[in-house]
Amino acid sequence: MSQAFTKSMARNIFYGGSMFFFLLLLVLTFDTVESLPKTDNRENLTEQVAKGKHVWENNNCIGCHTLMGEGAYFAPELGNVYKRMGNSKEAIIAFIKYRPKNGIPGRRSMPQFNLTDDELDAVAEFLKYVSEINNQNWPPNIQG
Amino acid sequence: MKYTSQMVAKPYFIAAIALFVGQILFGVIMGMQYVVGDFLFPEIPFNVARMVHTNLLIVWLLFGFMGAAYYMVPDEAETELHSPLLAKVMFWIFLAAGVVTILGYLLVPYATLAEITMNDLLPTMGREFLEQPTIIKIGIVVVALAFLFNIGMTILKGRKTVINLVLMIGLVGLAVFFLFAFYNPDNIVLDKMFWWFVVHLWVEGVWELILGSLLAYVLIKTTGVDREVIEKWLYVIIAMALITGLIGTGHHFFWIGTPGYWQWWGSIFSALEPIPFFMMTIFAFNMVNKRRRQHPNKAAVLWALGCSVMAFLGAGVWGFMHTLSFVNYYTHGSQITAAHGHMAFYGAYVMIVLAIISYAMPMLNGRKAANSMKAQIVEMWSFWLMTISMVFITLFLTAAGILQVYLQRMNGDASLPFMVVQDKIEIFYWMREGAGIIFLIGLIVYIASFFVGRDQPEAEMPK
Ligand code: HEM
Ligand code: HEM
Ligand SMILES: [Fe+2]
Repeated sequence: MSQAFTKSMARNIFYGGSMFFFLLLLVLTFDTVESLPKTDNRENLTEQVAKGKHVWENNNCIGCHTLMGEGAYFAPELGNVYKRMGNSKEAIIAFIKYRPKNGIPGRRSMPQFNLTDDELDAVAEFLKYVSEINNQNWPPNIQG
Repeated sequence: MKYTSQMVAKPYFIAAIALFVGQILFGVIMGMQYVVGDFLFPEIPFNVARMVHTNLLIVWLLFGFMGAAYYMVPDEAETELHSPLLAKVMFWIFLAAGVVTILGYLLVPYATLAEITMNDLLPTMGREFLEQPTIIKIGIVVVALAFLFNIGMTILKGRKTVINLVLMIGLVGLAVFFLFAFYNPDNIVLDKMFWWFVVHLWVEGVWELILGSLLAYVLIKTTGVDREVIEKWLYVIIAMALITGLIGTGHHFFWIGTPGYWQWWGSIFSALEPIPFFMMTIFAFNMVNKRRRQHPNKAAVLWALGCSVMAFLGAGVWGFMHTLSFVNYYTHGSQITAAHGHMAFYGAYVMIVLAIISYAMPMLNGRKAANSMKAQIVEMWSFWLMTISMVFITLFLTAAGILQVYLQRMNGDASLPFMVVQDKIEIFYWMREGAGIIFLIGLIVYIASFFVGRDQPEAEMPK
């Protein structure tokens, strides 16, 4: 790098630049948090949905699936599974409930989590809630 | 080695390599599960293998960063480490926490682990990369604080260099952003949004400072180029990293329920994120070309140069490929993401840790500057085996990803279900597994390099 461009200039760009853009990130973050009520479907965030999120987390569902495109890529997207299963909580519940304990020979299988009926309902409620978040129409189609 | 306290780096490096082996074994297991779905089911379900794989990665990289700091900071500050004892104690605590966590994943169902560690008191588990029980997360913070105190005190009492300062800023940032791991609201949109304050602001933010600092250190040591020049480069690189990377976080806020304006902010700024990686490549090659002396440790120079190239390819090129929102709309959460994640992590962070280990280990083992030529040749073989197989892992996953995106997302009403598509692209997963096994062989060769040629004289300083 040329001589006219000194180390202290470089240092100032580092401190000034990162400060500025860090503050800008804070401002944008703040604005986003303010405007989330318009998109995040919080009016439907019930006790049961919150409980469903804990079931989701405590069984590490994200270790195989994606949710709104984030997670693992081993098993189908679940952010829109409620819609894919024909807007049916029952279908989701039945699917989770009847996974064979020893899997399906030769195939990728979902474990049997032995959830209680209440946990099953909660996690289905959670997935329904997620499917109704306004996320700029992602995924492109129902297959996720 | 000028300061005896630098020796505390050694157990950190050894632990890092041991955990690296564990990471790759579980990578190979998962690669198998991708094609033989019931492989090890239900004993090791895929999600368990994945947690082990990714958490071991993070933990061994942290061991590597800490070892690097314990080696480099006293050398740069020209003084002994503040407390070698604290460093040793923290080593065992961190290792124990790591091993307990991995055993927990493997031995009990995850829900049971959540229950016995009382996750309900402060729920933080069950999110990608942050699967550790809350109590372990608290332990990580304690270890991080003790570590920062130790190297902070060392820096304060010694010579202040830009390299040390940048490392310190990076490490403090690492600890600070990890605190977002404790924020887990019921609102999934908020949860996801701030999750990226750990993950993105780590790998595309403060870790780049650590990377830049370690790279600069290895280059100063092996090329003898004037410190002023290297420090100027370092400042510009990390300036570009944060200027682009902070707002670049927005490339994760396209489709998670956050406002649409992030498609502009995220696309534009993250499209500039390759710049610092490109500069690192230019920097590394420039310094090696302008070297004022030859260094007998060829392997370390190879790792440093390789790191700069592979980081640019994995983070810069493969990152750019899917970072614009109209591309990401189709590629989001596909095998393209996995392809990029692998090459970026390997190129940037695995390789920089291996570079510093390569540079430091001979001295930690009582050599003057380098290993025997025989050991170095074996090490350089492992470099090529691992690096080339990682290139192929990335290429196969990219091919799988392109087909997946096309068949599942771009085919209008004829788009196929996820599992149907997975069957159709199976051949690429087989090839990925093949490349993965070569990677494992490369890693075994790497470990062998520590045991060969020990009785032979050090490599000569080339003329
Ligand atoms: C033998 C070589 C390897 C194989 C076969 C392998 C395989 C895998 C598989 C199957 C996944 C899960 C993908 C999914 O979620 O569906 C994964 C995830 C991951 N692996 Fe590896 N891996 C290998 C080496 C590595 C290395 C060397 C690194 C680090 C440099 C690494 C870093 C990661 C990361 C960061 C993830 C999470 C990816 C994401 O969320 O996009 N892996 N790996
Ligand atoms: C060394 C630096 C980097 C590392 C280690 C890294 C690693 C990763 C990993 C592991 C993921 C997957 C996260 C998940 O599991 O959801 C990811 C996602 C992503 N990365 Fe990077 N990355 C780096 C740099 C970059 C850069 C420089 C860019 C842009 C130019 C970029 C663009 C992206 C994008 C767009 C995604 C989201 C993919 C999706 O929508 O599924 N990354 N990165
Ligand atoms: Fe990112």
